[in-house]
Amino acid sequence: MTAKYHWLILGVVIAASGCSSLGVKPWERNVLAQDDMLMDTDAIDLALDEHIYFSKEASSGGQGFAGGGCGCN
Amino acid sequence: MKKIAGLLSAATCSLLANPVQAEEPNWDIDSAVLYYNEDDDRVSAFEPVISGKRDLGDEESLTFKLVLDSLSGASATGAVPSTQVQTFIRPSGNGTYTVDPNDTPLDDTFKDTRVSFSMNWEKPIDRNNRRNLGFNISNEYDFTSASVNALWDHDTNQKNTTYTAGINVEYDYIDPVGGAPEELTSMTAQDKNDDDDRTIVDLLFGVTQVIDRTSLFQVNLSLSESSGYLTDPYKFVSIVDSVTGQPVDQLFENRPDSRSRQSLFGKYKKMFANKDILTASYRYMTDDWGIDSHTFDATYRFRFNSGYFIQPHLRWYTQTEADFYYYFRRDDQRIPGDASADYRLGDMDAITYGFKFGRTFDERHVWSVRLERYEQTGDSSPSEAFGQLDQQDLYPDVTATIVQASYSFQW
Repeated sequence: MTAKYHWLILGVVIAASGCSSLGVKPWERNVLAQDDMLMDTDAIDLALDEHIYFSKEASSGGQGFAGGGCGCN
Repeated sequence: MKKIAGLLSAATCSLLANPVQAEEPNWDIDSAVLYYNEDDDRVSAFEPVISGKRDLGDEESLTFKLVLDSLSGASATGAVPSTQVQTFIRPSGNGTYTVDPNDTPLDDTFKDTRVSFSMNWEKPIDRNNRRNLGFNISNEYDFTSASVNALWDHDTNQKNTTYTAGINVEYDYIDPVGGAPEELTSMTAQDKNDDDDRTIVDLLFGVTQVIDRTSLFQVNLSLSESSGYLTDPYKFVSIVDSVTGQPVDQLFENRPDSRSRQSLFGKYKKMFANKDILTASYRYMTDDWGIDSHTFDATYRFRFNSGYFIQPHLRWYTQTEADFYYYFRRDDQRIPGDASADYRLGDMDAITYGFKFGRTFDERHVWSVRLERYEQTGDSSPSEAFGQLDQQDLYPDVTATIVQASYSFQW
């Protein structure tokens, strides 16, 4: 369990490091500003799917907070 | 309480103080209706959702969401099928139901309507920091849940990198029909207590990073601690005769009273030169129940100049079983402290495939229809099966159709 924990934290650190070399200038954000390019585009779909999979499988969450429990699992 | 009252007053004032020149839309409305239907007369769900986000100016906003969830149909109890007719006592303790030979025992008294309401308030702290506070309450006839959450976003690197930290605290009150059964007691004893509860605390740490003009990614680490009543009060573990494999008793299941979960989630979005968008994500989850899972999800949105789009979707999921998951127990085996035959804790793979199509008229004005199939499979003939169990499907496939219609607009 402890070993798995270390891998998870390492994964985040690796992802977060070296980030300062990536990116765009403020005036180059036209594409990224579009609704379809947001990380939580189709938030309703995500929430509905989260509810389906929470009640059919043993995993949940990861992207954000589930927004309320249900008695289905 | 005072803070909530203050927030509500501020929200009400903002809502009522509509400017005279009300040409500017102030609300972003997202609505959808989901229909979920499992094959073989299992679970069906009908779920309308409506969400409204009110722009309060200066990047401050208030979001309300209401979900209604009407469930019907039958759910697997965890009991094994038999070559003989079986009789089960209903959760209420009043009355019984019978299961035909070789059928998977399903409890068809499973009908439920859930209402969920949430509110979130987002406001910048300064140019590079934002806070989001929210709460949720939901209620079904045997279950009530209340949660509060807080999220903090911090931008750096000319807003190319955003760090997120969040916490969610949830309290669930469970009042099962007929009462919460005493763990691992016989169905026939109907040894039940009243109600029970549990608390779940979730922490989220994330980084969202812009790669270039047309792509970005996000990595999140989530930690979740649950404690309290985590058992399903309606599920059984069958005790079978050690020679014939015929069920001789049904015990109410029992799960540990704590669960520690960790997950690592990554998501990537890329817009191509032709304006199509690829979204791909992966989640690894592990917990102290012995369950490990992997989830891969990808969509590709074909976007057409007219605003129409078509978006195929593929999701692949796999999980390992919980340490205390058993298909059944033999009557010559010790009964462990924790045992569950709930298929949702077993070794399984699942695939979702389908597509969404719709049309974007302009900023935040979109309709779409989603059509998907969900197919879940496990080991129907595990090596521990014997006697009459050899002829039975001990992990039936769960297959379902998902249909969703959505409409978003500004008002």
